Amino acid sequence: MRLNELKAHELLPMIRRQEVAVEEAVTETLNRIAAVDRTIQAYISVAREHVLRKAKEADARLKKGEPARPLEGLPVAIKDNICTKGIRTTSASRYLEDFIPPYDATVVRRLEDAGAIIVGKTNLDEFAMGSSTENSAMFPTRNPWNLKRVPGGSSGGSAAAVIADEAVFALGSDTGGSIRQPASFCGIVGLKPSYGLVSRYGLIGYASSMDQIGPMTRDVRDCALILRAIAGHDPSDSQSYSKELPDYTECLIADISGITVGVPKEFLEEGLSKTVKDAFMKALDKLEELGARIIEVSLPHSRHALAAYYVISSAEASSNLARLDGVRYGYRAAGCEDSASMMAMSRGEGLGPEVKRRIVLGTYVLSAENHEKYFNEALRVRSLISGDFREVFETCDCLVGPTSPTVAFEAGEKTRDPLEMYLSDVYTVPPNLAGIPGISVPCGFDEEGMPVGLQIMAEQYDEATLLRVAYTFEQATDFHKRRPEIQKGAHESAGGERSV
Amino acid sequence: MIITKEDIGRISSLARLDLSEDDQSLFAQQLSGILRIIDALAEVDTQGMNQMISPAGLSNVLREDIALPSVDPEEALSNAPEREGAFFKVPRIMEVD
Repeated sequence: MRLNELKAHELLPMIRRQEVAVEEAVTETLNRIAAVDRTIQAYISVAREHVLRKAKEADARLKKGEPARPLEGLPVAIKDNICTKGIRTTSASRYLEDFIPPYDATVVRRLEDAGAIIVGKTNLDEFAMGSSTENSAMFPTRNPWNLKRVPGGSSGGSAAAVIADEAVFALGSDTGGSIRQPASFCGIVGLKPSYGLVSRYGLIGYASSMDQIGPMTRDVRDCALILRAIAGHDPSDSQSYSKELPDYTECLIADISGITVGVPKEFLEEGLSKTVKDAFMKALDKLEELGARIIEVSLPHSRHALAAYYVISSAEASSNLARLDGVRYGYRAAGCEDSASMMAMSRGEGLGPEVKRRIVLGTYVLSAENHEKYFNEALRVRSLISGDFREVFETCDCLVGPTSPTVAFEAGEKTRDPLEMYLSDVYTVPPNLAGIPGISVPCGFDEEGMPVGLQIMAEQYDEATLLRVAYTFEQATDFHKRRPEIQKGAHESAGGERSV
Repeated sequence: MIITKEDIGRISSLARLDLSEDDQSLFAQQLSGILRIIDALAEVDTQGMNQMISPAGLSNVLREDIALPSVDPEEALSNAPEREGAFFKVPRIMEVD
């Protein structure tokens, strides 16, 4: 097995014992990117020089006898809506095509302080708005399992990079499913932490009351390892959780006897494809066989979650994206006579259709005549949805369901009708509204070899139970071990290797 | 709720967002479809429910009023589309008599 194919927890001890140099490890990842990324198109920018410089520094430190840091030498891919000082951060928007952040996001600071090395910035739906990465203003990313299919979104580049061995792990962001759905479509592990557990400072905000950054990894152990490095209070994020946290790597207990697992019946109703349902039912049998008690529960208001989500997220987006005014950074339209038209034209020319659609929808639901009817009402429905979760967690320790109603769909299949695209997030949106954590782990493949994800949800800040159940399931199954074979040639893009 | 092309024109000007005629027509049609789904919120009995603005449950997060180091002005200006000295430069904002 090559170094770039290893999991973080496998590569770390080799680096710690100096059996492999950090430079060797990152070079294998860079070589893999050079070999497959014309086909996969996971990266918007690859920071080649930066990676090699950091690797040499790490090797020099280790040679001097300095102790290895917790994530020493691990090549990480960062979603391109997370600010990296000195490394271009576009959010996959023409508007920010040349934006070079003057500061690091807190998560980036924490990963680098722990020794991880940023390989590059991964593709996404523009400003994280979408479920297939087709809304990227740069190019679409292809699903490594089948190049005709989408990798999911919005963190599609991060998910594809991890399963295609173009990074050992990645960070994504999740506002309504943007970590979990692509993790499910690409057959990896993706965790959306509880709201407030991981700092949002330096994340290019989309819907600030739901945005969370989280790990995207090849297995649950890596997920715990990365979560431990990025979670915890940050004074720069006013919504940040300040209580003491457990060591998440100690939550990896392969035993769920005595755990009660709830299955929300609303997650198995119409719209769920047969292949996903079959894989999910088998996963449920597995959990029972492993000692969990399975009960049916109800989240009666979850059927309104998607509507509430689109009102709230679009409203917050229209407000957040008002900062894109062509003044301090980003795109500015040429030849405008006054500032008002400069702003309107810069936004009109620099932003893509889905972003515009959500700004318009958000402005509409916040306008004086609609504010009460749509926005305030959606916030009340959100209370009901959150209350449903609180109630069921009195009878069970965690909830399980499918991550997405289907496996990865074909590119172009849902781009014409925004509503159909939105339905892809129907099971992932409720946890964001309530602020609870959700994880997607591989739980099967359909007859065409496309991965299916199992979503596990727990009470707010109870990532410990989430990781325990996910780990127990993973250790008793083999789905996370399967890897795609990338068919090269036919889908190579015309462009050269992208770099910064 | 049906949204017309004129509605879209009015909303987009509130949002300082230039939209082409074609986009205005397309958005009118698409947003009408989305609003049909969203209108279902009106059927939910939300009497007595609070408006949940954040799942963190925090309010008035305060800190001591102490000045801390911030971004260097030169760095802050480094992404400006246009600048003059230590300022961001924009086209005129007032009518000239």
